[in-house]
Amino acid sequence: MKKVAFKILRFDSERDPQPHWENYEVELEPTDRVLDGIEAIKGRLDGTLALRRSCAHGICGSDAMIINGKNRLACKVLVKSLKQPITIEPMRGFKVLKDLIVDMEPFFAKYRAVTPYLVEKEPRPEKERLQSPQERERFDDTTKCILCGACTTSCPSFWSDPDYVGPAAIVQAHRFLFDSRDQGKEERLKVMNDKEGVWRCRTVFNCVEACPRGINVTRAIGEVKQAIAKGKV
Amino acid sequence: MAVHQFDGIIVGAGGAGLMAALQASKGAKIAVLSKLYPTRSHTGTAQGGIGAALGNMEPDKWEWHMFDTVKGGDYLVDQEAAEIMCREAVETVYELEHMGLPFSRTPEGKIAQRPFGGHTKEFGKAPVKRACYAADRTGHMILQTVYQQCIKQGVTFFNEFHVVELLMSNGAACGVVAVEIATGELHTFHSKAVMFATGGSGRMYKITSNALTLTGDGMATIYRAGLPLQDMEFFQFHPTGIYKMGILITEAARGEGGILRNGKGERFMERYAPTLKDLAPRDMVSRAITMEIREGRGIGGKDYVHLDLTHLDAKVIHDKLPDITDFVETYMGIDPVKEMVPIQPTAHYAMGGIPTNSSAQVIKDEKATPVPGLYAAGECACVSVHGANRLGTNSLVDIIVFGRRGGKGLGEFVKTAVLQPLPADPQVKTKARMAKLFDGSGSESVEAIRRDLQAEMMDKAGVYRVEAELKKMLEILAGLKSRYQSVKLQDRGKKFNMELLEAFELEHLLQLSEVTVTGALARQESRGAHTREDFPKRDDAKFLKHTLAYNEGGKVALRYKPVSITRFQPQERKY
Ligand SMILES: Cc1cc2nc3c(=O)[nH]c(=O)nc-3n(C[C@H](O)[C@H](O)[C@H](O)COP(=O)(O)OP(=O)(O)OC[C@H]3O[C@@H](n4cnc5c(N)ncnc54)[C@H](O)[C@@H]3O)c2cc1C
Ligand code: FES
Repeated sequence: MKKVAFKILRFDSERDPQPHWENYEVELEPTDRVLDGIEAIKGRLDGTLALRRSCAHGICGSDAMIINGKNRLACKVLVKSLKQPITIEPMRGFKVLKDLIVDMEPFFAKYRAVTPYLVEKEPRPEKERLQSPQERERFDDTTKCILCGACTTSCPSFWSDPDYVGPAAIVQAHRFLFDSRDQGKEERLKVMNDKEGVWRCRTVFNCVEACPRGINVTRAIGEVKQAIAKGKV
Repeated sequence: MAVHQFDGIIVGAGGAGLMAALQASKGAKIAVLSKLYPTRSHTGTAQGGIGAALGNMEPDKWEWHMFDTVKGGDYLVDQEAAEIMCREAVETVYELEHMGLPFSRTPEGKIAQRPFGGHTKEFGKAPVKRACYAADRTGHMILQTVYQQCIKQGVTFFNEFHVVELLMSNGAACGVVAVEIATGELHTFHSKAVMFATGGSGRMYKITSNALTLTGDGMATIYRAGLPLQDMEFFQFHPTGIYKMGILITEAARGEGGILRNGKGERFMERYAPTLKDLAPRDMVSRAITMEIREGRGIGGKDYVHLDLTHLDAKVIHDKLPDITDFVETYMGIDPVKEMVPIQPTAHYAMGGIPTNSSAQVIKDEKATPVPGLYAAGECACVSVHGANRLGTNSLVDIIVFGRRGGKGLGEFVKTAVLQPLPADPQVKTKARMAKLFDGSGSESVEAIRRDLQAEMMDKAGVYRVEAELKKMLEILAGLKSRYQSVKLQDRGKKFNMELLEAFELEHLLQLSEVTVTGALARQESRGAHTREDFPKRDDAKFLKHTLAYNEGGKVALRYKPVSITRFQPQERKY
């Protein structure tokens, strides 16, 4: 066990006029996650600290936040890999509701706007639809998205234009556009071709670096742009 | 006081709750309440696969699946329910594919399948490829896909609503009380029917694969309402949790050829299960690992063994097990292609839960009398298709099949049912609980009590159990419960008061631990995941029956219910 120093940006609208930094020190194992550190602070030092978290191993997408300046999942970074004090802030670009909790509703509204489900225009077969391993591979990368928001809130185009659908919604559109079974491509390409669609992307690559699932977001966006240009996938 | 009126309320938005919502909301006004945003539910972490006898890789039959399920559950499975599950598994997996689930594929383009622990052909002859999968992200794909369908269908959600109380009148369910997490306001939901689909309770234990939010809320809420819980003494320890962290490494790692090795480098499972070896059911493998460790054959004599994947093709590991490769690299700094992975058993799955019949209706006694308007499905329920030990891939089948059946049943029920009146002051109990936590005089913290509970349960009610330790655990629980009375919250605010929610969750864990230990103490036999060192044999004459635990004035009272046996008579369980 070793003492680890944290510096957390706190804000509670019931109490604080302004966000402010608080310093904490907790005993942790070197193999502990940043999430373990925050949980220890919350449990032992300050019960008012608020964050979302659930799975604790990078699958549920609850705990994206800015850790030492970068968008990360708190449960997927080990304390020992970071310089101290470990600074923690809520994601940028959404309204802060309390401490590390931001209003995700605008994010999900964009997700819903890209028709995020398989569009079927033909009757379902009795057994499974066939899809070759190559066809399945075509959209594998974008099926991994956990809707954590790390990519969208790392994107300068999104910071300057909150109406931009953002990388996460494009990733979702890609997942269906390149699925051989989907029959809703035209409608989806239309949304992507809107002025708040893919063309807002300036290929800054922040999203690729931020994605905790290792999705090549910029490549996916590029493929969607090409599909629009060609009028088909 | 906010009152919302719906035909039906579904509590929980994991695989079970969402599947139910899709069915129920076709013809009725339904709301889904979830303490997490739906895609954060723990179904998303399921890795290895969903079992169904599609026969895409080799001949398979649902009857074989049913036999494996019954035998895997050490004959405590209700066979009528298991038959329904294994038959309907096939059509529900096709339905998931139709919804868009991106399954991995065979070269012919069919859904790919792989072997999993305890799944066999021809009634136990050899392993069979039955687990339908999407790499090692099967649960993620199920959760995403079913949620996508809910968006398509316009299902009504109340996200980040934490349900704290079940409301009943005239012996029937009539709604729930929930805290709106963002504001701290209490809401009353008034409805003709309620379904719980709140998932598991693994956070009773220190080392667990379960999310921080898997605190058995639904089970404990039912229990507090005076209804029974079934077979809670059966808790599954999955053999391969990442050492010290409990994060799961799917059984598919062994399905793809991974091997367990002890400190001497031996493939020890050959000694414990000569036919299925590393693919024996989880209860056996977890006992074997614990035994190796106890006898000094852990790695370097310590409390873990190795999962060896180093002989597998790197491509197999990267293509079929990408996420667990990532976990092992992120959390242990190990490349599983080159190095063996330290593992230990991790608390994984509650076989017990809210007793239901095969239509997912909650039942209240040994005669299986249903409670009007009350349903449960998924891990929080006990149908019972898993008996004393669940087979891998069978929970995803369970949540989809019985979520769907329950949703259909609930949708039908509300068409003709009458809305029962609400109790006079529906929020009175919740307000009293909250007042106590806010105004308590003590100095106890939720975290300290929870930490002690988890460590003690791991130690005394884990893989192996014995009378003296279980009795001691009951004393410890009495102490923890009295400490809970002196919890005082630091957070006095209303918005996102996570400390308050964690206090509710801890109360649930304490109640469920007491039920678990009481049931374990009374069950003087070893069956499936419940292993008593002082009663090492299964005892069908005395204990081929389900436990029902009732809350009687704060004490656990046990009754028993018969097991449904249709096709397969109990036999000795060998693999
Ligand atoms: C790591 C891991 C891997 C697994 N792999 C497999 C596998 O390969 N195959 C397999 O068959 N099974 C697997 N399982 C088991 C299986 O995933 C779970 O049993 C199953 O997904 C549970 O689904 P559920 O819908 O019942 O609950 P969950 O998905 O846990 O959902 C519970 C829901 O209830 C809500 N909720 C809980 N309490 C409240 C409350 N008080 N108020 C409001 N809402 C509430 C939550 O918000 C959530 O939406 C795995 C489990 C784990 C942990
Ligand atoms: S807590 Fe689930 S992603 Fe971090």
